[in-house]
Amino acid sequence: MSKFAKKKDGEIPAVSTASLPDIVFMLLFFFMTVTVMKDSSLKVDNVLPNASEVKKLEKKDRIIYIYVGKPTREYEKTFGTEPKIQLNDKFSSPSDVGDYILMERAKKPQELQNVLTTALKVDKNASMGLISDIKQELRKVNALKVNYTTFKGDAFNNLQ
Amino acid sequence: MARRAGAPEVSAGSMADIAFLLLIFFLVTTTIETDAGLDRMLPPMEEPENPPIIKQKNIFTVSINRNGQLLVEDNILTIDKLRERAMDFLDNGGAPQGSPEYCSYCKGKRNGDSSDNPNKAIISLKNDRETKYGTYITVQNELVGAYNDLRNRESKRLFGKVYVDMEAEYLNPETSDAVKEELKEQVTRIQGLFPQKLSEAETSQE
Repeated sequence: MSKFAKKKDGEIPAVSTASLPDIVFMLLFFFMTVTVMKDSSLKVDNVLPNASEVKKLEKKDRIIYIYVGKPTREYEKTFGTEPKIQLNDKFSSPSDVGDYILMERAKKPQELQNVLTTALKVDKNASMGLISDIKQELRKVNALKVNYTTFKGDAFNNLQ
Repeated sequence: MARRAGAPEVSAGSMADIAFLLLIFFLVTTTIETDAGLDRMLPPMEEPENPPIIKQKNIFTVSINRNGQLLVEDNILTIDKLRERAMDFLDNGGAPQGSPEYCSYCKGKRNGDSSDNPNKAIISLKNDRETKYGTYITVQNELVGAYNDLRNRESKRLFGKVYVDMEAEYLNPETSDAVKEELKEQVTRIQGLFPQKLSEAETSQE
């Protein structure tokens, strides 16, 4: 018996996995802090156009999103195939945009209310008529800073 | 030594499994990338009381029709030539030497029938209600590109840096305040040389 015990002493001990939970927790906390949960599910097709002269949208807390596009297949029956505006979780008409902006603006802290940007996430096949209507509404509520959200790429790909 | 019969120790062996499960969940739901796009300012609703009189030669009109074709200064133009034409217009500097509007840094043709000075030059963009958004963005991109190209040229001449990088660094929240202060001056200077005057007229009705 003692013979075997002696042999064991000379072996390399197994790698300790005791610190594994700590490492995993560290990673977990990293991802927990950087995660941004999607707050609304998209009900419209949203293939953004490409552009090369883009600026990054920093500071997500001062952005209001407006989605425009053709309703996805499951909503096609009820809402048709014409491009629609999606605000939060529902389809809306251009006249609702102003109220929506005012509501979102009221939710933000006081010091950010004057520096908000409206990000227009518009499908590249939407027509400009709807966008012009939105722009008019934005002007009415004095939300003048807009960002046409795009992918970074060659702008000429949009023409095909 | 005899062990006391107390509560058995809770096994921590499954802790790693639980943590892994959570980790994978957050890995899947994470979106790290930031959005990017073209920044624009809309004109305010109220008309200014005394709208300044703008000479026709200082306006560069771009219209897009419903088929995505361009009409630039009453001529048909393809989109790939738009950037070049816009740069020619902005950089023209047509005001004669000695006049207050003379542009000392312009390298254009100095044509008397085109814009006097980049400060005066206005690009007016018009679109149809049926124009596709993708086409509109391409045109916007080319016009912004024309401004950026000219600004890059001037900032390389004055500061030896690319304007677009300078601006990106200035807008980056991680840049320190001291650097920002210095950049701010340079960025505003370049913006002053080629101010972005891009008017988006209301959509034409038919």
